[in-house]
Amino acid sequence: MLEIKDLTVEVKGKEIIRDLTLNIERGEVHVLFGPNGCGKTTLLMTILGLPNYKVTGGIMTFKGVDIINLPTNERVKLGMGMSFQHPPVIRGVKLGDMVNIAQGRKEERIDENLIVLAKRLNISVDFLNRDVNLGFSGGEVKRSEILQLLAQSPDFIMFDEPDSGVDVENIELIGGIMSELLDRNKRPSKRKKAGLIITHSGSIMRHIKVDRAHVMLEGRIACSGMPDEITKNVMESGFEKCVELCSKEVGTE
Amino acid sequence: MTKKELIERAGRAKTKKAALGEDIAIENFVTGREHDALNSLDEFPEEYQQDLLDAGIEPSEKDRSGSFLQRDCSVVFSTVKYPGLELMSTTDALKEHDWLKGYLWKAVPVDMDKYTAEVELEQTHGYFIRSEAGKKVTMPVQSCLFITTDKIGQKVHNIIIAEEDSELHIITGCSVSHAVNSALHLGVSEFYVKKGAKITFTMIHNWSRGMEVRPRSAVVIEDDGAFISNYILMTPVKSLQMYPTAYCVGRNARATFQTIIYAHGDTKIDSGSRAVLRGEGSRSEIISRVIAADNATVIARSDVIGEGANAKGHIECRGLMLSDTAEVDSIPELKATRKDLDLSHEAAVGKVAEEEIQYLMARGLSEEEATSVIIRGFLNVDITGLPDALARETKKMFDMSLEKVM
Ligand SMILES: Nc1ncnc2c1ncn2[C@@H]1O[C@H](COP(=O)(O)OP(=O)(O)O)[C@@H](O)[C@H]1O
Ligand SMILES: [Mg+2]
Repeated sequence: MLEIKDLTVEVKGKEIIRDLTLNIERGEVHVLFGPNGCGKTTLLMTILGLPNYKVTGGIMTFKGVDIINLPTNERVKLGMGMSFQHPPVIRGVKLGDMVNIAQGRKEERIDENLIVLAKRLNISVDFLNRDVNLGFSGGEVKRSEILQLLAQSPDFIMFDEPDSGVDVENIELIGGIMSELLDRNKRPSKRKKAGLIITHSGSIMRHIKVDRAHVMLEGRIACSGMPDEITKNVMESGFEKCVELCSKEVGTE
Repeated sequence: MTKKELIERAGRAKTKKAALGEDIAIENFVTGREHDALNSLDEFPEEYQQDLLDAGIEPSEKDRSGSFLQRDCSVVFSTVKYPGLELMSTTDALKEHDWLKGYLWKAVPVDMDKYTAEVELEQTHGYFIRSEAGKKVTMPVQSCLFITTDKIGQKVHNIIIAEEDSELHIITGCSVSHAVNSALHLGVSEFYVKKGAKITFTMIHNWSRGMEVRPRSAVVIEDDGAFISNYILMTPVKSLQMYPTAYCVGRNARATFQTIIYAHGDTKIDSGSRAVLRGEGSRSEIISRVIAADNATVIARSDVIGEGANAKGHIECRGLMLSDTAEVDSIPELKATRKDLDLSHEAAVGKVAEEEIQYLMARGLSEEEATSVIIRGFLNVDITGLPDALARETKKMFDMSLEKVM
């Protein structure tokens, strides 16, 4: 579904990602670990095509379409979606409005089904009437992002740290709904969606099954492997050590 | 003050320049010919019907308790459908009610400046609206001041009275025909909110590039009275200066001003709202949203003066710049004269944030659509205090005016 080869990205003239290669097939979910500032968010923003993220080399295709010069909304139309780590406040634009926009609805009223989904995320109708992200707690931001994704229902979904700043109960709730969004509860042959999850803490890993894990260091994928093993190594020994172990066993990709 | 004294005072103020706004040569504008009266608003010429709608006026009079239309300097239509409500030209009202002269120039000084003086000396009607004591007229009254002739100087004096424990909701539109290149609107409005009464006043200014506009408004609010003003201006205007003032004189008197301005073209606006909190426990809220595009310049003022015990006032002004050749001056002022007051203000002027556009694009909108959603959101103040149907309608009127400019 998503093919990235030798991707190099600059932000404000500074190279953040270098020669990065990553393939995510339909039906697959990958997780990306990495220390703060290694370029995880930059990678997601680049895949989504936000203007400050300048691709200076490499290839990027989505569903077989070369997307490098495609504006963000065109990529979204092709079926991409993203849950932001730090989404901005938009005054006067309510969460409910965002849900309608994500769903492509022109009406002001919110789809009944989405109100039901909102309830599952512990989002009340009152909350839907609040200005998006204004005064939201960490957990509320994540749940609001996920509700918007439920409305949008993309084929390929990127989650930027869905577990940071979220309490244990909510991580479980969010993990469950992410699993649904990503067809995790279906038999592998029936899985149509794909995803890329960024996690710093790794705590979301207990609530969602993924197919492959990567560790990112200084703008490159330093090692890749089976999720259980990588998660364990990262959690127990840290990013650098994990990469060391990784290269001993399988060699870098 | 007797009529003679008023005329004398006005005479002395005839050349008194206004404290704010550029000086207008009133003598360049004329009174013009009389227009024929209408039997219904539908009879108003087809070419102006859209402008009526744009000013929030419902030509069918559906869901309106009364309607008033003044064309240039002639009152062409005035009806009342609701008992307990009075609506007519101020000129007629003064003939009908001898007591009414006691309300003239009580809230706005006749010698405030040359414009108030001109309205006293050369008045061309205006409307009188009154709700009787205890009558809650929940269906809105609509009134429209319309200019259809070039070089007209419209000089109206409006008096609005909500008697004790009554309720009055007014939609008022000012509009101008596209054929008019240059005209002047001077409008004095004096509001009296008696004990326990309430007035909501939703005003849409639908001006055009050649209009010079100098409203002079003041409100006197007694014990437990409430006044809510919603002001919307989305069309260009040559020059507009106003600074309506609410005097909360009674205990727990409340005043709210909400102002939404989208200034574009070569528009020059100096607009403020002032609340004087004299009554014990009186409260005011001044909210404004100003967008400046093209070469527009806007001075957005707000002023709260706290004089009564436990008075409370808040100002919230936000500006959004859409152009490097536009200008916004946001001037919030607070004046406290005792210690048990609670006065505050927040003001901010910014541009459309790149980050917000990107966020919306990530939900599927184009850059243009995203910008428009942000602007809409910026201007979206929750209108409180209006009856449900009127709140919905105001929202619709607002959406329509916005649609026209975007
Ligand atoms: N808008 C930006 N302006 C300047 N530097 C940026 C910007 N975005 C990211 N960076 C820099 O790029 C690097 C990677 O950041 P980021 O992708 O946010 O890392 P991560 O998500 O892995 O914590 C950091 O050094 C950060 O300072
Ligand atoms: Mg990040």
